Amino acid sequence: MGSLVELWTALPVVIQIVIKIVAIMLPLMLLVAYYTYAERKIIGYMQVRMGPNRVGFFGKRLWGLGQPIADAVKLMFKEIIIPTGANKLLFLIAPMLSIGPALAAWAVFPFDAGLVLADVNAGLLYILAMTSLGVYGVIIAGWASNSKYAFLGAIRSAAQIVSYEIAMGFALVGVLVAAGSLNLGDIVTAQQGGLLHWFWLPLLPLFVVYFISGVAETNRSPFDVAEGESEIVAGFHVDYSGMAFAVFFLAEYANMILISALSALMFLGGWLSPFPDSWSDGLFLLGDGFHWLLLKTFFFMFLFLWFRATFPRYRYDQIMRLGWKVFIPITIVWIVVVAVMRVSGMPWWFD
Amino acid sequence: MKAITNYVRSLFLFELLKGLGVTGSYFFARKFTLQYPEQKAPVSPRFRGLHALRRYPNGEERCIACKLCEAVCPALAITIEAEPRGDGSRRTTRYDIDLFKCIYCGFCEESCPVDSIVETRIYEYHFEKRGEQIMTKQMLLDVGDKYEKQLAEDRAAQANVR
Repeated sequence: MGSLVELWTALPVVIQIVIKIVAIMLPLMLLVAYYTYAERKIIGYMQVRMGPNRVGFFGKRLWGLGQPIADAVKLMFKEIIIPTGANKLLFLIAPMLSIGPALAAWAVFPFDAGLVLADVNAGLLYILAMTSLGVYGVIIAGWASNSKYAFLGAIRSAAQIVSYEIAMGFALVGVLVAAGSLNLGDIVTAQQGGLLHWFWLPLLPLFVVYFISGVAETNRSPFDVAEGESEIVAGFHVDYSGMAFAVFFLAEYANMILISALSALMFLGGWLSPFPDSWSDGLFLLGDGFHWLLLKTFFFMFLFLWFRATFPRYRYDQIMRLGWKVFIPITIVWIVVVAVMRVSGMPWWFD
Repeated sequence: MKAITNYVRSLFLFELLKGLGVTGSYFFARKFTLQYPEQKAPVSPRFRGLHALRRYPNGEERCIACKLCEAVCPALAITIEAEPRGDGSRRTTRYDIDLFKCIYCGFCEESCPVDSIVETRIYEYHFEKRGEQIMTKQMLLDVGDKYEKQLAEDRAAQANVR
């Protein structure tokens, strides 16, 4: 054990960081792959179907667990078709622009107390910046495809993401007022004390607004006008095929996981246990730990799929109305309420 | 007043939560998907699948080349040529059904005065080459020979309504 620690400290810092990045990326990519499987399975079950259950490993079915691997292999072997008249450079850069920020945002994400790649003080700001950058991938993809459907999808998506960015940003302002810090680790520690001390209660409207805006940000149904299968085929990525399409797909799901994890972090106390310290002290798995964060993240990831199985797509003007006329006023009012709670030192949360 | 209650209801996402409840309850509902190649749906004795030509129990083919099926076929899928056989009875020399043209309406079976041409329960068959879709007389007789027991049972089960 001691020699391992020595070996670790002997490594150059760059290598250490690369190893840490791989340690975050590999499980994340695996989670993305199996999130697509979970989506098909869960939506299938909600529609009284079975979902994929054929592709397994070693000749066994295993409830179709091999499906995401098969899908990935299929996509890798497919040709990347570049449409005539498309801007080749931008066409190929767009998917990278879309997945880059989705993965980069994890750099400041604390998985447990002190377990974070980059302990940045302005972590929340960095996350906000990264999630906003994702929209460039969409816009460039839509424009570079040289197709009217892709372009329409890109415009819709850009308008939607920009609108919901504001509500999302305001919801985060509420969080940082409540926590008094932009550092994600500090935001979690500010929620110490059990289920009722988490921010979801005092920030309930912001919590709801944040998550719904997150659904809209990731272009998931019911806010998926950017894809709008029935009107514009697949929106900004109609003309993408093979691995280029798969990268968009990965980015979308990585973003969904990011939004889920952030909701868990900022409103449900991250890795904190829902039980007060006096109960869970020393009991196996009941104390604080990474597994709680995972559980909470899975809950939100399930919500994404549940929404998709339940709600029909919003009309475009309804999306804009919801974003501008409902969410933004609610968040602004509630920021004032949080500020008052914070200044007056309301018991439980802010004393 | 109504406007206020409506507003409050929409603000608290009442209808949306109700919708989530519906899908949420179906999540746990029993799934009745048929796992097709392993499990198969029950097939009615009236099922109209692949065609067959039947024989009498003594081995004599039933078809007397009356060409009623050829005449009634709305898709013109049946081609029949006939000649008197050595013993003087009238028999087909050619009985082809083009399965691409056939619409599986069952008129040939209904029109047949001797229950010779029938449609079986077989629905799993395919063609790999152009031309394989033509069922010749021999192929049809072979199908009939192979499934005669099932065919006789199905005809008997339907006897009171035919």
